[in-house]
Amino acid sequence: MLRLAADVHRQMVGHCLDRLPEEACGLLAGPPGGSTAEVCYPVKNTDQSARTYTLDPLAHLRADRDSDERGLEVIGVFHSHTHTAAYPSATDVEKAPDPGWHYVLVSLRHGQAVVRSFRIQEGSVAEEPVVVEGL
Amino acid sequence: MPFDVRLPTVLRQHAGGQAAVQANGETLGEAVEDLVRQFPGLAGQVVTDEGTLHKFVNVYVNDDDARYLDKLDTKLTEGDVISILPAVAGGQG
Repeated sequence: MLRLAADVHRQMVGHCLDRLPEEACGLLAGPPGGSTAEVCYPVKNTDQSARTYTLDPLAHLRADRDSDERGLEVIGVFHSHTHTAAYPSATDVEKAPDPGWHYVLVSLRHGQAVVRSFRIQEGSVAEEPVVVEGL
Repeated sequence: MPFDVRLPTVLRQHAGGQAAVQANGETLGEAVEDLVRQFPGLAGQVVTDEGTLHKFVNVYVNDDDARYLDKLDTKLTEGDVISILPAVAGGQG
């Protein structure tokens, strides 16, 4: 299960909408080894594409340092699918960098954001429930 | 001289679960070699068999991407911090 603080959910979805028509991306941080995202880091998509994303590496470094200073760590990544479902693509699965991370997809296909989260381990995808706290 | 090396969560399992370790060397390449000597599980995770930085990681010396410095030949000076992060990418294809 992935828990999202209400602010994190709002920031994440807001960033995805703001970046339309491009895919948006960012990082989620929480207590080490945990499943609660307490901080959202919207990050530039250096691909500037509607179909792919690459997280700006320097922003990743800064998010990593900032979360470390807060006693947190990066626990997952989010990105939007602007015209497909909130499900990891073959590219997402192939490029998933960390089996411990939560992979959050925000689909904007039907105008309203649909948020789903997945674990991706050794090429296999397992959906997990998403709970938005404080809503 | 020893340098701090920050490891991403995905690589910590190869370094006894540590988030930060130390490595010695005059250059980034030497420091990575020392890292692999200490933690053999890191072999092939940062540097390819051909001896270049792996495309799946971004390696920083302080705030600078090593690819835009002298790559593995980047000279290290006292107090430098090396950060290794996974390259994060994907998309609906």
